[in-house]
Amino acid sequence: MTSTISPTTTTSALGGVVHRKEDPALIQGHGKYTDDIKFTGEVAAAFTRSPFAHATINSIDTDAARAMPGVHAVYTIEDVRHLGTLLAQVPVGALRPLLADGVVKHVGEAVAMVVADNRYLAQDAADAVSVDYDPLEAVIDLKDALSDRVKVHDSLDSNLLISWVGPFGAEPEDQQKVKADIDAAKEGDDVVTVSQEMLNQRLIPVAIEPRAVVADYNPGYGSMTVFSSSQIPHALAGAIGKTLGLLSNQVRVVAPEVGGGFGAKLNVYSDEILVSWASMQLGHPVRWTETRREAAHSTVQGRGWVATATIVGTKDGEILGYQLEGIADMGAYTQNFTVAIPFLGLFVGSGQYKMPTWWKIDCVTTHTNTTDAYRGAGRPEAAYYLERIIDMYAREIGMDPAEVRKKNYIPNDQFPGAVSPVGFAMDTGDYGTNLDALIATSDYAGLRAEQKKAREEGRYLGIGLSSYVEVCGFAPAGLAELGFSWSTYGLPAAFSGSGLVRVNPDGTATVQIGTGPSGQGHETTWAQIVSDRLAIPVEHVKVRHGDTGDSPMGIGTFGSRSAAVDGSATYEASQRVRAKAAKMAAHLLEASEEDVVFANGGAHVAGSPDSSVTWAQIAEIAYMPHKLPEGMEGGLEASVVFNPSNATWPFGAHLAVVEVDAETGNVDLLRYITVDDCGNVINPMIVDGQVHGGIAQGVGQALFEEALYDETGNLLTGTLIDYPLPTAADLPTFELSRTVTPTDINPMGVKGIGEAGTIGSAQTVVNAVVDALAPLGVKHVDMPLRPRRVWQAIQEAKG
Amino acid sequence: MHVSMSVNGREVSGDVEPRTLLVHYLRENLGLTGTHVGCDTGYCGACTVHVDGISTKSCTMLAVQAEGAEITTIEGLASNGELHPVQEGFWERHGLQCGFCTPGMIMQSAYLLAEDNNPDEDTIRHGLDGNLCRCTGYHNIVKAVQYAGARMRSEEPDAPDWEEEGT
Ligand code: FES
Ligand code: FES
Repeated sequence: MTSTISPTTTTSALGGVVHRKEDPALIQGHGKYTDDIKFTGEVAAAFTRSPFAHATINSIDTDAARAMPGVHAVYTIEDVRHLGTLLAQVPVGALRPLLADGVVKHVGEAVAMVVADNRYLAQDAADAVSVDYDPLEAVIDLKDALSDRVKVHDSLDSNLLISWVGPFGAEPEDQQKVKADIDAAKEGDDVVTVSQEMLNQRLIPVAIEPRAVVADYNPGYGSMTVFSSSQIPHALAGAIGKTLGLLSNQVRVVAPEVGGGFGAKLNVYSDEILVSWASMQLGHPVRWTETRREAAHSTVQGRGWVATATIVGTKDGEILGYQLEGIADMGAYTQNFTVAIPFLGLFVGSGQYKMPTWWKIDCVTTHTNTTDAYRGAGRPEAAYYLERIIDMYAREIGMDPAEVRKKNYIPNDQFPGAVSPVGFAMDTGDYGTNLDALIATSDYAGLRAEQKKAREEGRYLGIGLSSYVEVCGFAPAGLAELGFSWSTYGLPAAFSGSGLVRVNPDGTATVQIGTGPSGQGHETTWAQIVSDRLAIPVEHVKVRHGDTGDSPMGIGTFGSRSAAVDGSATYEASQRVRAKAAKMAAHLLEASEEDVVFANGGAHVAGSPDSSVTWAQIAEIAYMPHKLPEGMEGGLEASVVFNPSNATWPFGAHLAVVEVDAETGNVDLLRYITVDDCGNVINPMIVDGQVHGGIAQGVGQALFEEALYDETGNLLTGTLIDYPLPTAADLPTFELSRTVTPTDINPMGVKGIGEAGTIGSAQTVVNAVVDALAPLGVKHVDMPLRPRRVWQAIQEAKG
Repeated sequence: MHVSMSVNGREVSGDVEPRTLLVHYLRENLGLTGTHVGCDTGYCGACTVHVDGISTKSCTMLAVQAEGAEITTIEGLASNGELHPVQEGFWERHGLQCGFCTPGMIMQSAYLLAEDNNPDEDTIRHGLDGNLCRCTGYHNIVKAVQYAGARMRSEEPDAPDWEEEGT
């Protein structure tokens, strides 16, 4: 059904609101997600999963399952061991076997795969696979794991997989000297040292669309077609090809509509490999869609740090040093980025500040599900510890937390190119102006007055704020050498951003990009980029993505990188098409190339808009090259791989107002105010939407969410009732504004905004709650701040 | 077992296993894949449809329980080529990102507004608290419902809260 109504659309290109091109299909139920796309003759897979966190497998009896109606096959590790393990991008630690190999290492680990006529029958048969286990002791607690009392993998020397230490790039003895100097500063006169161990709890990403995959192998063509709910289709194609012995161009992976990813779909999963392999064995397309419970047990989780943050500073607010020392939970097996996630935290370990910083996170393996990227990926954790301890320090010295922050920012004269205390060169920044904007827009002084009044009335009103700096727009430069490269580990896939722009014979444009969205609005944003360069209306620009069969190579959508990297590639490709078209238009208009101006769907001669040609007229000669002047090449197409010189470094400041009920411990989030700075903005409506969603996930961590394992490794929060996401009723209307500090490393000056809301928000809310309870003597409460935990903290503070 | 019902104004019937969920019947047997499955346990609301005019999570109901019922799914909400005001509101106010929760969210919103086309913000937020969205933080969903309410009351919707900027 087509609609007769279309929203108000401006034609403004960069910086303008354009309503989303994606939406008409999605609001009418015509969007096609992986589970909506059916293949003739398809069969369904289901998995038998381990109920134990650590156990030896004595035997697996598949006879009963095989005998059940509609069952095509039951597979165990014996059938797939020859394929090797699951591949990973940063393979430090033990890689995951495709199915459990003799021993299970977390609850929910896949032990057998059943394929049957449909998902009901497959699940019945998976339940009928009988596995004889000998349970072993599991190690769940991070400090316990670090002690190596119980080892997770016999093949590894230790549960400690790697330690990330900052300042990054410094020699170990120089790092030690930074630490020793900060330790020495603690002994100085008139200094204050504040230290706190804090938990940054494990989270379950919970994209509302469960992961789904369907694979169709055609033995005649020798081709593998896979639809998967993935953020990284090219990487998945590379992994399937390499594992199954197919060439890159025999594997086509399509990520159709993807119903949210948040990092959880930035992974190659064993189910994706197994379903593809099974399709080759069985001669049927094979499908698998996870249940919500499976998602909690076998799709990656995020966060999971315990660390101690320490600040030493003067009594008038000058921070002399910051130390963070802790442990991060990698889970049982290393998958795509696993051990690299805390490293992303190190990038922003010293935040926006100039104080000497020593930073060390130990990555340990435990008998739990794998952790990996979840929105922010290491950066929310880093920001949480730093911004919580700054607040505690401010309280200790009796100074306003906003003032303490401002006093310690890296000054503007260091930009562009400021080198942070943890050792990374940053593009652009103007932190003081950004915080001032927050103070002004929130009427900070007014809020403090309101708080004073509330306190007099015996109400616990709290104001929390936080600064943050993010690192995003990842591309090869500087990172590949650090180990962030598929190809380093022999996986044939790109690590770059790309864009291909073509003007078609009718004057419309088609864009193909090597990245694909999971809700970020690429189709609209990219159309704006092309429209801005070529003056082809947004409505006439079609953006194709997520299909490795017809898109340029690209690594995928994550790390707030698509606009800054693939967007820049598309911008540059548009420039090339424009330059070529200018020559053709000049020929048609009998003008000089320099005088050709592009506007209103075509080109004209500067100063005489009547002397014009349409894009269709230009395209006509481009695709009828005999009409072109001698020596001019035909076609209107360009493909660019963009290679920025650095990542980008967005920043911002957030403020929350909460009221706590001291009787019940209930926290009410009253207001949430942000001033983010992501450089130039392509579509403010989409950028705001990214911030909204990011805030909700940070607030979710602060107040509600926790992936909780008991001491034997059972996940206690495997359903959405035990793992409460924020609902509409839990959140206020957000109050957003921006400062604009463009980056100098890409042509549009855009930095990225996908994760900012999450990186800034958890500590903002916790700071507000602790601020509310300060009169009662509460200094810290670990997340999530559910009523019971807050109530307990109040009781403890009261003694 | 044999079932027959009316879906989006069309009479349908067929044979199903007794344990078939209504949502699976709609998706697999009728090919109406606009109704989504986000949890299959009644918590997320992605599967929300109208059963005899009542907003219902179709994963909490068996197909056979819908015998004789009138079902409306997201595919049947627009009429005569005109979007329902709620659909228009979601588009106008950027009430969706990945779009996966959207069909359920729209069906629930349409139900709320059919009951009361002028709800306050709190009523909207509580009325949607059985539908989870991981992308939008609900901010623009609430704006979308307010927009739709205004349209249904033949009033001018409030202006959007984003600002254009030049670069
Ligand atoms: S699928 Fe029905 S409530 Fe989640
Ligand atoms: S738009 Fe993605 S879950 Fe709501």
